[in-house]
This record gives sequence, C-alpha cells and structure tokens, in this order.
Amino acid sequence: MSDVCPEASLPTCFPDIVYYSSTSENTLRFVERLGLPAKRIPISPKVTGPVIDRPFVLICPTYADGEGRGAVPKQVIRLLNDPDTRALLRGVIGSGNRNFGTLFASAGDVIARKCNVPLLYKFELAGFDNDIARVRAGLEQMGRNLGLAQMGDAPCSTMA
Amino acid sequence: MKDMTDIRIPRAINWNRLEDDKDLEVWNRLTVNFWLPEKVPLSNDIPSWATLKDFEKTLTIRVFTGLTLLDTIQNTVGAPSLMPDAVTPHEEAVLTNVAFMEAVHARSYSSIFSTLCSTKEVDEAFRWSEENPHLQAKARAILETYAPGNDPLKRKIASVFLESFLFYSGFYLPMYWSSRAKLTNTADLIRLIIRDEAVHGYYIGYKFQRGMEKLPEAEQQALKDYAYSLLFELYEIENQYTEELYDEIGLTEDVKTFLHYNANKALQNLGFEALFPPEVSEVNAAILAALSPDSENHDFFSGSGSSYVIGKAVATEDEDWDF
Ligand SMILES: Cc1cc2nc3c(=O)[nH]c(=O)nc-3n(C[C@H](O)[C@H](O)[C@H](O)COP(=O)(O)O)c2cc1C
Ligand SMILES: [Fe+2]
Ligand SMILES: [Fe+2]
Repeated sequence: MSDVCPEASLPTCFPDIVYYSSTSENTLRFVERLGLPAKRIPISPKVTGPVIDRPFVLICPTYADGEGRGAVPKQVIRLLNDPDTRALLRGVIGSGNRNFGTLFASAGDVIARKCNVPLLYKFELAGFDNDIARVRAGLEQMGRNLGLAQMGDAPCSTMA
Repeated sequence: MKDMTDIRIPRAINWNRLEDDKDLEVWNRLTVNFWLPEKVPLSNDIPSWATLKDFEKTLTIRVFTGLTLLDTIQNTVGAPSLMPDAVTPHEEAVLTNVAFMEAVHARSYSSIFSTLCSTKEVDEAFRWSEENPHLQAKARAILETYAPGNDPLKRKIASVFLESFLFYSGFYLPMYWSSRAKLTNTADLIRLIIRDEAVHGYYIGYKFQRGMEKLPEAEQQALKDYAYSLLFELYEIENQYTEELYDEIGLTEDVKTFLHYNANKALQNLGFEALFPPEVSEVNAAILAALSPDSENHDFFSGSGSSYVIGKAVATEDEDWDF
C-alpha cells in the first residue's frame, strides 16, 4: 500500500506527488482517486522515506493540538528537514476537516510558510469529486508551467 | 463469596504501552480541546437575540432542544454502549472522555437558554421535542442499534451517523445566524461542539474500520449495505424534520444541501465513498466560512501562477524543524 502508481508509465506534465496518510488513510483514498503517480511517506519512522528526485507537490493532512501546534505530522517534518528534498518542493495541498474551524487544514498553511512555497488547495477528509477534478486540473497546469521553466530533462508529452 | 469468580477485574491501564497509537493521539486532542460553556460570553448575544422575530426565536430554541436530545443520548447511551466493545483499554478511556463531553454539550444548550430565553419558551420547546415525531423517530432508529446484544460494528455505524450526520440539521442554524452577524457568541460555543463531534466521528469511524477489516469479504459487504440503508432511513427522517423546522424561514433547500455534504463526510469517516454528488452537496460559501472562519477560498490553482497565497501565520513549534 505504499505507492500508488497506476499511470507511472505515462510521461505526463504532472509534478510528482508525495503524501502522508496516517492509519485512517483518508489522504491515501484521495490520492488513489487522483489516479496519478504518487509516493507515500511511511508512517513508521523506522522505514526509510521515498526517493525524491523530481519537482513535487506535497499533500499533507493536519493533526494539530487545538492551539495549532503539531499540525504537520513528524514524518513530514523529517522529510522536509532534508534540504535537497525541500529544494524540489513546488507547492503544498493541505487536508483536514472544516469542523476544526480556523485550523482547517492548517498543515498546508504551516508548510507553505515554512518552506516558502504556494499553498495550492485545501480539501476535507478523502476529498469529494469536485476536489479531485480541481486538483488534477491544477496539477496538470502546474506541471506544464514547470516543464517549460524547469524540467528540461522531463519533457511534457503534450508538447511537440 | 459465591459471585466473586464472575467479577472481571480490568487490567490497570498503562499509557506507556500502546496497542494503537491513535488512542493516545485522540486522547491528547480531546483533552486539550476540553471546554465548558462558562468560557463563552453568551450574554453578549442578548441584544442580538432581541432582534430576532418570534418565529425565529421559536425555531432556534427548538433546534437546540433537538440537539440536546442527541447529546443526551450519546452521553448516557451511545458512548457508554461502545465501551464494552473497546479493543484496547485506552480506547475505553477515550470513550469515557467522549461520554463526558456529550454531557457538557447537552448542558451548554441549557446555558444558552438561561441566558437568552424565558422559562416558558424553553419549557414549550422541550415539550415540542418530546412530541415531535421526526425527532423521536431518529432517536428510536439510533437507540435500536445501540441496544445490548447488537452487532458492535453496527453500533459504531449508528454512532458515526449521529456524530457526523444527525447533528447537522441543527448546527446549520447557528452557522446561518453567525453568517448574518447574529448570535455570534452562541456560534462560537457551537463551533466548540462541532470540533468535538469531528474528533468523535473520526475516532469511532476509525475503530469501525479496524474492526471491519478483520472480517471476511461477504461480512464486510453486508456491513456496508447496512450502513447505506441506515443512512437512507435517517436521511428520510432528516428531510421531514428539516422541512418542518425550516420551511417557514425559507431555508429548507439550503439545509438539505448541508445534510448531503455532512452525510458524505460521515460515510468517509467510516471509510466508505461519498454518496451525494457535488451538484447537491456544495454548501454555500457563507456557511462554509462560518464553519471555518478566515479560510474560505482554498482553490489557488484556479488563479494565475503569481497570485498564489503563501501560507498565513499559524502557530508552529519550531523544535522539530531544522531550518
Ligand atoms: C487528533 C486529530 C487532530 C486533528 N486536527 C485537525 C486540525 O487541526 N485541522 C484539520 O483540518 N483537521 C484535523 N484533523 C482531521 C484530519 O486531518 C483528517 O481526518 C485527515 O483526513 C486525516 O488524514 P489521514 O487519514 O490520511 O491521516 C485531526 C484529526 C485527528 C485525529
Ligand atoms: Fe456532542
Ligand atoms: Fe460527540
């Protein structure tokens, strides 16, 4: 259950997706429905994280304590503490539940601020159909932009 | 002496040996969330209450008595009924916290009443709730599954529907008032309840999934069928309840959209797919903003590349970050 890679063989415009999902697996279900290649950050600190060597977007659920502390899971912080990985981060998508009020998906806000990358989107739980459609379209657009600007070695299939 | 052998002595709970990390994670979140209604300055809503029309006051009090009933059920029957089914001692401890907070929720509606309303109005509304067929029907449907001897996993399904679906025909109204700058302190209190219910629905749903995954495929399918059919049953009742309450103020359709949205979230808490498509479950922006103030628009994809918003200030503890 670690990698969701249904279309891994397709050279697309999409940036890589890296995500964390705890044992409740809402984020995993969201990523599965996106249907794009994605790498999961392991829950267990003993397992080594995925190799990240292309520009990527991070999808991260929120586990704050009520004051906003601890919103970003430790496993995700550990990944982002690596400067080489961090240099490839192009944006973040936060998830959570609106019922947490002002802290809704605040992991997205925290990562965007700490890493100085755009907060691209927020969704609840495993996401709804419109979230899936918007995120897919947004990532495709973003990948196209990145492909032009920064990814000479990974050309977009849609460009001649 | 002769009964002594039948007494089951529980294992002393050791929080330093966890079988499921979620138990501690949720315990921590629930305990830091602890609150009491006295914390919220409800009396600041007295001038706002005075601006409501009589039928709007009646509606509001009725909605709150309906919510009181659900919290009472979850406090005295629902959460305690889950305790014997707990798989870990820590789960049982978490459920005692859930049960107690339901008592706080039920109690806090009475704080709102004593601050804003006359005794006569409140007594009338409680009488209404005891006689309202839809409210009684949903209570009965839930209590049937909670009854001793029933399937523990079905009990969790019903509990998640109560926590994550049935409350929302009621929660809609204070969110609506808040979006019109009315009863804003009451809305603050309701948001504390809503936050607690989110953790309750998440946790019970999570334990449901852990239990269900141990079952053979056919039994899993049967539980899933049961969940959707119970949801339909409750949904029918909620529709009628909603019409009866909200037709006069003209909000029935908007409330129904909110019901669909929350039904989808309840199903996701159980690990199932959403049922209602976006066309009927996209809640209007004012209500979403009332639920999660200061965070309405999160679709920055749709803007041009340069209009991305870099995250706004949120409290973080820096000890874990290396940079
Ligand atoms: C202890 C706990 C704290 C949470 N805190 C927040 C929060 O502050 N803000 C939020 O939007 N969601 C919060 N959530 C909800 C989760 O982010 C949400 O359920 C998410 O879908 C979990 O993703 P996962 O199942 O992939 O781990 C919290 C959930 C738990 C269990
Ligand atoms: Fe409650
Ligand atoms: Fe609850």
